[in-house]
Amino acid sequence: MTLSVLAVDDSRTIRDMVRLTLDGAGHRTIVAEDGEHALRILDDGLPDGRPRPDLVITDINMPRLDGIGLIRALRQRPETRLVPILVLSTESTQTLKAQARDAGATGWIVKPFDPDRLLQALDRVAG
Amino acid sequence: MAGPDPMDAIRKTFFLECEDLLEALLEGLDALSAGTGDTDTVHSVFRAVHSIKGGAGAFGLDRLVTFAHRFESGLDALRTGRIEADAGALQLFLRAADLLGDLVRASRDGLPTDAGAEDSVLADLDGLLGTLQEEREEDLDFAPALLAIPLDDDDADDAPAPLRLSFRPHEELYLSGNDPRHILAALSRLGPTEVTCHTEALPDLAALNPESSYLHWTVRCAPGVTAADIEGAFEFVAGLCDLEVTADADPVPAAVSVPADLPPPDKIPPGASTPAPPPAPSSAPAPVATTQTPTVRVDLDRVDRLVNLVGELVINQAMLSQSVRQGGLPPNSPVMAGLDEFLQLTRDIQDSVMMIRAQPIKPLFQRLGRIVREAASRTGKAVRLETSGEGTEIDKTVLDKLTDPLTHMIRNAVDHGLESAEVRRAAGKPDEGTVHLAAHHRSGRVIIDVSDDGGGLDRARIRARAIERGLLSEDADSTPSDLDALLFQPGFSTVDTVSDLSGRGVGMDVVKRAIQTLGGRIAITTEPGKGTTFSISLPLTLAILDGMVFEAGGETMVMPLGAVLETQTVTGADLDALTPESRVLRVRGRMLPLLDLGEVLAHHPRRDDLAGCVALIVQAEGGSRYALTVDRIADQRQVVIKGLGDSYGPIPGIAAATILGDGQVALILDPIELREHAPGARRPLAETMP
Amino acid sequence: MTQAVPDPGLAPVPEAPPPPEDRQIELLAFHLGGQEYSVDIMSVREIRGWSKPTPLPHAPGYLRGVINLRGTVLPIMDLSERLGLGRREASGRDVIIVIEAEGRTIGLLVSAVSDILTVPTDALDAPPDLTGEDGARFLSAIALHGDCLTRVLDLSAVLPPVKSALI
Repeated sequence: MTLSVLAVDDSRTIRDMVRLTLDGAGHRTIVAEDGEHALRILDDGLPDGRPRPDLVITDINMPRLDGIGLIRALRQRPETRLVPILVLSTESTQTLKAQARDAGATGWIVKPFDPDRLLQALDRVAG
Repeated sequence: MAGPDPMDAIRKTFFLECEDLLEALLEGLDALSAGTGDTDTVHSVFRAVHSIKGGAGAFGLDRLVTFAHRFESGLDALRTGRIEADAGALQLFLRAADLLGDLVRASRDGLPTDAGAEDSVLADLDGLLGTLQEEREEDLDFAPALLAIPLDDDDADDAPAPLRLSFRPHEELYLSGNDPRHILAALSRLGPTEVTCHTEALPDLAALNPESSYLHWTVRCAPGVTAADIEGAFEFVAGLCDLEVTADADPVPAAVSVPADLPPPDKIPPGASTPAPPPAPSSAPAPVATTQTPTVRVDLDRVDRLVNLVGELVINQAMLSQSVRQGGLPPNSPVMAGLDEFLQLTRDIQDSVMMIRAQPIKPLFQRLGRIVREAASRTGKAVRLETSGEGTEIDKTVLDKLTDPLTHMIRNAVDHGLESAEVRRAAGKPDEGTVHLAAHHRSGRVIIDVSDDGGGLDRARIRARAIERGLLSEDADSTPSDLDALLFQPGFSTVDTVSDLSGRGVGMDVVKRAIQTLGGRIAITTEPGKGTTFSISLPLTLAILDGMVFEAGGETMVMPLGAVLETQTVTGADLDALTPESRVLRVRGRMLPLLDLGEVLAHHPRRDDLAGCVALIVQAEGGSRYALTVDRIADQRQVVIKGLGDSYGPIPGIAAATILGDGQVALILDPIELREHAPGARRPLAETMP
Repeated sequence: MTQAVPDPGLAPVPEAPPPPEDRQIELLAFHLGGQEYSVDIMSVREIRGWSKPTPLPHAPGYLRGVINLRGTVLPIMDLSERLGLGRREASGRDVIIVIEAEGRTIGLLVSAVSDILTVPTDALDAPPDLTGEDGARFLSAIALHGDCLTRVLDLSAVLPPVKSALI
């Protein structure tokens, strides 16, 4: 199944890698540079016209609106309240995971970025 | 056409991004040192190192990751207020930033680094953090794995019994965006799995709260599915569900439970299972010892501004030289020598700036490959595209504007140039036709050839068609090159049915116009039975032109210097009238058609007495020449080309405009068009006499 | 070298919503052939003094040529001749109104600008269908202010037609 994935990361390298991985697996990737940008994309409507992405992948440490803030904002919006959100971060402390979980994250992937692990995690939360 | 490895492109992106991040890092640290930074600065500094670490990890650049990680820990301490941003700390961070830059570049180029410097900075970082060390170690521990299944050692020799599990989601599981469906599906991908859904707890519809969790599942896993597999599948829902895993064979479900929640860091027992760090992704290329030229990303607007400024500099230089010469200084004076050097430097700067805009033609050739394939499949011809000189660089603007004409020429080559397979076979040629695209530099211009190995131009047919269209009189004595040139006449087409490919009313005349707009020329060479080559010659840049500045009809104008072969002052004796409309000028024993520019441009009516005027002997197409009379030659100099804008369509005979030193706009002439649109200058255009 | 390429995945930054429709329109008025004409001030870029244009050969008579507007080449149109009111012999008191319409920039040669009018949009009337009068097809509206009738130009009709593009 082709999923619409919103990938949020301030690093262009990571954005490119996520896109390459997801596109290669037949999914559609929409990228955003930070949390604010991601929310703006949702406000403007996704390029493929869907009401919401099937999955959000987000970094934690980003300028303007960080990952935790983005997750909270997404959980407060009716249309994304239950959308799976994967955290992709090098920050791996249990505290951070607990924070992400508290904010409403669905799962997490610890960098270094590994395409197989990303796709595996995607399977667990969005089929 | 196999594309390049996308990972290579991302790797390049990463190192480019690193340069930006390093710049932001140094800028931020400088601001903090100067006392002009704030919390945001600290965050952006942290993020820069963090992002470098993230990307480096993805490419398995372990040294870089390790160093960036320790550096990041130091910055984290700053960020969280555990250390002060004092001069000592900032000095250390600046040293670390420099070293990080060295490591990034060394990783990029596959070069060794000074491990001693690295160790010294790391030691100082450790010293700075002091007692904060343990937290740093804790950071490294990303250990989600908390599930331990004791398997009976006695069964070790047999296949392990399939595992069973009972799975009861809490409400929170759903609210976190998790879905048992996906988890169970992930599990069942590992092998045949029996899943039973227990619905006993479901209330009546009226009482059902859609946000509550009523269902639970029992699962019999496929043989060979291990506890670690299950742990992986349920990784994200640990603490959000009740999960019990048992070995199937075990009659008594000796439960092994998953810890109820993620313990906060301080509760992690010492020696808790710590899985090995994940292996570096296999797709990440090992650092290779290639030297990449460092690049910067620059807005095209900025480049264009620079190009314009250099253009103005060139004009200014020319004017200065002129006024010094007019001042009567001897040619060997120090001032003149200095001016010569200035001229040379100006030209060098100009060339360098133009290089910035230059891009290889390869992507355009690649796009044209697709046009060939499409045209081949629509005509049913077998066509092979060969390219050469893809690395030839050409001004970006020229490149962009070449797509349409080249597309049309390629379609023409496949559609009209190449014969059908039967005809080719009969001529002893392979069924598969070849279209060749070649690019190279020659004497300051870019040459692009589009060749086919088809039947060549059918001149008899061209002649017949031209007569039929009234482009040629029946008794005209035309040379082969005259006939070839007819292809570029508006409305000319040798194919009787309008082709789906090359049709649409667009002919070679439009291609020629497009090439001329770029300051280019197009020529044909053809050999019957062997094929046809269209050769385009283009200037390297659209920005500057070597021009001859002169006056005619009261206006100052410019002719491209390359088109002017020589000049000659007109006397009455040189002039002959062939017909009332057409005159010729004797130029060293030859007779050239003559045009009076002011008359051609309708600045004044026809005048009979041209004595005292200056005739420019102008090179037109295919080596033919004509004479163009003007009132006075003012100068030879470089001019900056300005478009005439889009507020009015093309003006016949006018290529562009320029702005002179006095601020007036002067028009730049197109010598070929000028001739074609001149009244009383109809074909034949070839020289009238030997 | 690498040129900055916008990330293809980025959604466009949303533009500010268009301002609510004004119920008034500002017009820049001037006199031609004893009549008052005006243009929507939103399309006016600047007003500058007259300087002699470089003529464009074979151009229609109303296209007087091109001038240098801070490094770009600006076409100049004799509005009087364009409207069929006869060629205007330019003098030092004339001005050039630089307007932008339909993505094109052009200078209009007119006599001195007389006024800036503020006109309620409901005071704009459709121009009468005066088939006999050539100038009527260049008008988008007419309006009364005080005792004076102003003729609002339809700039898209006034702009010279662009000859067919090359490709």
